[in-house]
Amino acid sequence: MSAPGSALSGVPHLDVDPFDMMFFADPYPTHELLREAGPVVYLDKWKVYGVARYAEVHAVLNDPATFCSGRGVGLSDFKKETPWRPPSLILEADPPAHTRTRAVLSKVLSPTVMKQVRDRFAAAAEERVDALLDKRSFDAITDLAEAYPLSIFPDALGLKPEGREHLIPYASVVFNAFGPPNQLRQEAIERSMPHQAYVAEQCQRENLAPGGFGACIHAQADEGAITATEAPLLVRSLLSAGLDTTVNGISAAVYCLARFPDQWQRLRNDISLARGAFEEAVRFESPVQTFFRTTTREVELSGARIGEGEKVLMFLAAANRDPRRWDKPDSYDITRRTSGHVGFGSGIHMCVGQLVARLEGEVMLTALARRIAKIEIAGEPKRRFNNTLRGLDSLPVTITPA
Amino acid sequence: MPAITFIHPDGNSDRIETSGGESAMQAATRHGLDGVLAECGGNTMCATCHVYVDEAWLARLPAMADDEDALLDGTAAARLPNSRLSCQINITPELDGLVLRLPERQV
Ligand code: HEM
Ligand code: FES
Repeated sequence: MSAPGSALSGVPHLDVDPFDMMFFADPYPTHELLREAGPVVYLDKWKVYGVARYAEVHAVLNDPATFCSGRGVGLSDFKKETPWRPPSLILEADPPAHTRTRAVLSKVLSPTVMKQVRDRFAAAAEERVDALLDKRSFDAITDLAEAYPLSIFPDALGLKPEGREHLIPYASVVFNAFGPPNQLRQEAIERSMPHQAYVAEQCQRENLAPGGFGACIHAQADEGAITATEAPLLVRSLLSAGLDTTVNGISAAVYCLARFPDQWQRLRNDISLARGAFEEAVRFESPVQTFFRTTTREVELSGARIGEGEKVLMFLAAANRDPRRWDKPDSYDITRRTSGHVGFGSGIHMCVGQLVARLEGEVMLTALARRIAKIEIAGEPKRRFNNTLRGLDSLPVTITPA
Repeated sequence: MPAITFIHPDGNSDRIETSGGESAMQAATRHGLDGVLAECGGNTMCATCHVYVDEAWLARLPAMADDEDALLDGTAAARLPNSRLSCQINITPELDGLVLRLPERQV
């Protein structure tokens, strides 16, 4: 018997902590180290395997029978530890159970549904720009990246007006909880009770306005696609994953366009590039940095032997900048062909809300580029620390009207 | 290796060599073809790899699955009886010479 990841299997051991504040401050040198050390590495600090190259990340994402999600997509192994909340019926589920719940959310968030909400989302983006043009100087995180999704997504879900201030803190707990038992995770969970209580309440059918995404999920229970007890938990998935992710996605795009004025000019010259500019920001910044899988059997991955029941950490952000896959990976290029990036994952769990995210990103960047000539960074950006999400806490900017 | 032809809305066409077992979408994006966006990378989620299959070939393609059928209702350009998602068309040797027309828009 050999220890996991021992020299026998030729897997390099690394002494890095990808959930450490120093790492979060500047993850790129460590991403490179992880990629260059080998196709599969072992992180002694948390006793997990890691993959940071595009090919291996893509391979793990696309072999859900071997690399499962049902034992949790965070560090915690649900077979050995009690999950901090009842597991997600979609994110933390495997086929065949996953196939059924996934079909429900795919239907609720389909391209056809996006056509119906598009005008509303676009009008709200215009209104946001009106408000920003009045201010001229503002925080691009609170006043833009948070304010915009908050002005549409809770309504699209059908949430009551009261209590919405719990939404972002709840999501922050969820994404911190995928990490190891560090201070970020422990403190997040300790403070989570009021947010959890709010969310559990809002997932109930009587609290969701007719016609919204939430009510549509409950309607699927009437059709027999899911049970009445499953419906609230699926609504919870949208509350967990549908808001903070897009906040960080829009932050990423605005931060990129403010840092790279040549790309902003290209966008202004051809507004049809807005959707691509958002997508490239998701690749470039990877708002969702990592997810785990658990092996269901012993497996060989690019020459490394991994035993059963091992956690494998996928560095989506590192894969999205792997020079083996991307030309000039460290440059933000709004005309890049981004198809195949793993910022939304890949395979059966690939983000079921990706169309919502893209729609928000596209209409927001369109409204900005149409009416603003310049976005300048007016103060030191502050990072927001989370075990899974990468984004900013504040980004002071000044805009010049077109 | 089988080759397939994409015809752009302006009438220009591109003949593309495919490589073993890839989808029409993969062949198109690998060659940097404009007109196939494939935002979801072939995961049957985005409907931005929409194509119109040349009538002569339509019956020779394998039937579509329910998820493809449902997604086609959400395409940006009109859905026609010969609409398919190119990420769901795997290029086999029998499809050598396949002709696909690109829609006006994908989003
Ligand atoms: C820029 C914004 C977003 C990013 C970067 C993002 C990223 C991701 C990633 C990487 C996954 C894959 C998880 C895995 O493989 O284990 C995922 C899954 C998921 N996302 Fe998103 N997401 C975003 C927006 C959204 C939105 C707006 C919603 C809801 C409306 C949403 C709901 C979900 C759900 C429910 C899953 C689980 C899908 C499954 O397991 O089948 N996400 N997302
Ligand atoms: S590439 Fe997204 S549906 Fe074909």
